[in-house]
Amino acid sequence: MSQDHLTHAEHRDDEASKLGMWLFIFTELLLFGGLFVVYAVYRYMNAEAFHLAHEELSVTMGTINTVILLISSATVAMSTSAIRLGDTKKALILIAITIIAALVFMVNKYFEWGGKFEHGLYPGSAELAARGQGEVLFFGLYFFMTGLHGLHIIVGLVLLTISYIGVKRGTINGESPVMLDNSGLYWHLVDLIWIFLFPLFYLIK
Amino acid sequence: MDTNHTHEAHHAVPYKTYGIILAILLFLTAISVAVTQIELDSLTVTVAIVLATIKSALVLYYFMHLKFDDIILRIMVIAVIAVLALVILITLLDYIYR
Repeated sequence: MSQDHLTHAEHRDDEASKLGMWLFIFTELLLFGGLFVVYAVYRYMNAEAFHLAHEELSVTMGTINTVILLISSATVAMSTSAIRLGDTKKALILIAITIIAALVFMVNKYFEWGGKFEHGLYPGSAELAARGQGEVLFFGLYFFMTGLHGLHIIVGLVLLTISYIGVKRGTINGESPVMLDNSGLYWHLVDLIWIFLFPLFYLIK
Repeated sequence: MDTNHTHEAHHAVPYKTYGIILAILLFLTAISVAVTQIELDSLTVTVAIVLATIKSALVLYYFMHLKFDDIILRIMVIAVIAVLALVILITLLDYIYR
């Protein structure tokens, strides 16, 4: 044990923090995994209706949001490298880009959902009820799963903002980057879920 | 007491690595969009799921640092995904062959 360890007053265990974050991510994977099972079964039982309903979704909009999330995932990953290399300024810029990407994603989502509402497509609407059980199920799952995912985007936004402030204040630094790392992990989880949501709702016929 | 310092030191993944992975992810996205636009019937689902799986593996392995982290994390992640896959498979088998 070296001398400088003895001068450290605070107790920290970065490996345990990371492990804790992963355990939380596992519960998230199981949560969305369960929803994917529901989607798969209902899709199997209502193939025709799901195909018709899926035509209503804009592939362009979905693709743009996919690209936004992938880029933001890369920038937050790069920020964890920047902080380790001691480049605080670059880390801040990269986190800021991630936050902006998250906001753009939510704005897109707002217009996407708004478009559906305008066409009378929302849970419990008369228009949807007239289209039959299958499409009610499709849009129910669509709004619930993309909504839950959107909620995760908002949580990710909060975590990234806290990390940004931490880096700015110097409480998150090359010696102690675990808060930024864990926010990054959470952000990648959000990306990971979207990687499956996108083909399932927008692409598959 | 853990050796935090030595751990972190070689954890700084080069920016270039992330850049390359991002390029591959964007390329795979373009392929999955293009492939699902042409009519392949039942194959569409398979292609879309396979591409999504490759993409998520890249995110897990590089962006989420599994490649650079302790092996115990990799084992845990594989175990959780295996459980998830098993639950999905068994449920689907039940519905398809009921």
